[in-house]
Amino acid sequence: MTGFPTLLYKEVLRFWKVSFQTVAAPVVSAILYLIVFAHALAAHVQAFPGVSYVEFLVPGLAMMSMLQNAFANSSSSLIQSKLTGNIIFILLPPMGPAEIFAAYLIASMVRGLVVGLGVFAATLWLVPVPLQHPLWAVAFAIVGTGILGVLGIVAGIWAERFDQLAGFQNFLVMPLTFLAGVFYSMHTLPPFWQSVSKLNPFFYAIDGFRYGFFGQSDVDPWTSLAFATVTLAALSWMTLHLIRRGYKLRH
Amino acid sequence: MPAVQAAEVFKRFGTVRALEGVSLSVEEGEFFGLLGPNGAGKTTLISALGGLVSADSGTLSVMGHDVTRDFRAARRAVGIVPQEIVFDPFFTVRETLEIQSGYFGLRRNAQWIDELLQRLALTSKANANMRALSGGMKRRVMVAQALVHRPPVIVLDEPTAGVDVELRQTLWQFIRSLNAAGHTIVLTTHYLEEAQQLCSRIAMMKDGRVVALGSTAGLLAEFSERVLRVKLESGTLPPALAARAQADPAGGFRIPIADVAHAEEALRELRTAGAAVASLEVAEPELEEVFVKIMRREEKVL
Repeated sequence: MTGFPTLLYKEVLRFWKVSFQTVAAPVVSAILYLIVFAHALAAHVQAFPGVSYVEFLVPGLAMMSMLQNAFANSSSSLIQSKLTGNIIFILLPPMGPAEIFAAYLIASMVRGLVVGLGVFAATLWLVPVPLQHPLWAVAFAIVGTGILGVLGIVAGIWAERFDQLAGFQNFLVMPLTFLAGVFYSMHTLPPFWQSVSKLNPFFYAIDGFRYGFFGQSDVDPWTSLAFATVTLAALSWMTLHLIRRGYKLRH
Repeated sequence: MPAVQAAEVFKRFGTVRALEGVSLSVEEGEFFGLLGPNGAGKTTLISALGGLVSADSGTLSVMGHDVTRDFRAARRAVGIVPQEIVFDPFFTVRETLEIQSGYFGLRRNAQWIDELLQRLALTSKANANMRALSGGMKRRVMVAQALVHRPPVIVLDEPTAGVDVELRQTLWQFIRSLNAAGHTIVLTTHYLEEAQQLCSRIAMMKDGRVVALGSTAGLLAEFSERVLRVKLESGTLPPALAARAQADPAGGFRIPIADVAHAEEALRELRTAGAAVASLEVAEPELEEVFVKIMRREEKVL
């Protein structure tokens, strides 16, 4: 545990120095989604009984922004360091694989959580939402940003060019987050797509997160938490193994 | 205990054999030169020393610490200045050095950072963003980054490539003083004059092998000689000199002499023979000649 606190600090400082782009921009996007979808669909859709569609949207949009930004943080930091070559300043000091992994992961989670708080802060005066089970919300926020933070590490280590990273982001992360039930309740889907959704780990993160607010969800929150936590643990174990082996970092 | 020890280190990248059984040791306090043409394996060896590259076989250690088994201690013991200029554009010079200190677990390092900034003439740039610095200044920051943890072994991979004369002088002054204070220095450079002036011992590499290893003085004595360079205006060399002399491409002759006193003798012989001298110079042994001879010898072997 020599370099971990500093690497974490550096990773947080890195996105915070450009917070206009890394925090403010995603908050604005989330608000745009909220306004547009609420205007277009509020009259037609009822997801949960007693919950308006606009209210229903807020936690989902917040979680989607959190997931996407957690992914963006570790992946962009790693690929930039690799392409510019300054990754050596992290590889030369006496830091172990777990330290490097944990620092990138936690910084990603911090970015995701900051963006999530930003979305709530900005929507609070538009659409106040109840917060019935804060601990559930926090638990899913942590596990959800964790999964995407780890995926970002994998993508950042694997990608050798920006377009490869963009591919990972546009063909995997975006569809999976978009189709994770941000804009609809899974029960409105045909049975086949319901079962497909249940294979998507991001669905559990969003559904469980929403339970924290409304006390209602498509799937039992314990099931969601178990599924999301197992996903996080498996991805972490695999990623740690990659870093330990020096995959694409130490040749 | 040697400061750096490599034993039978092999490394291949695909079909490229970067290191083919490199063995050498650098003693504590030495100023050691690692020379060789591009692609000889110098940078690969240095990277393996810093853990950026893992050797296929063989062992490498820094201050007695194996670079893989005991990687934390080994990396604490070595400071590497990489060849390519790299930097993190998000931070200022001081932030860069504070962060680098933190990676080594050093939280309160301001005094040493100030000293490094001052010794490398960077004090006025301490709060400038890395992006705003010239190439030479970025290079100096990289030197400071490699030294934040006061490593006993300092490795410089072509630190003066594309660097102006003044900076080169400041840099060598600083590195020399570190060497005098007991730090072991390992240097790669293409400027053989620099290596000759600075290094007490030299290894030459070619195609992943060490092809010559010895004290600078020893290598010079073995492979280079003092010569008298003569250009004649008229007349010819007397037979006694002609037997030893080699024609050089510029139209003069190179006559080997054991020491400077022999120059007078040669001159006398020339005068007796009635030759008029146009220009005359005594050339000291040069590492460049050693280098060229050794590299040529290795080519013949292949």
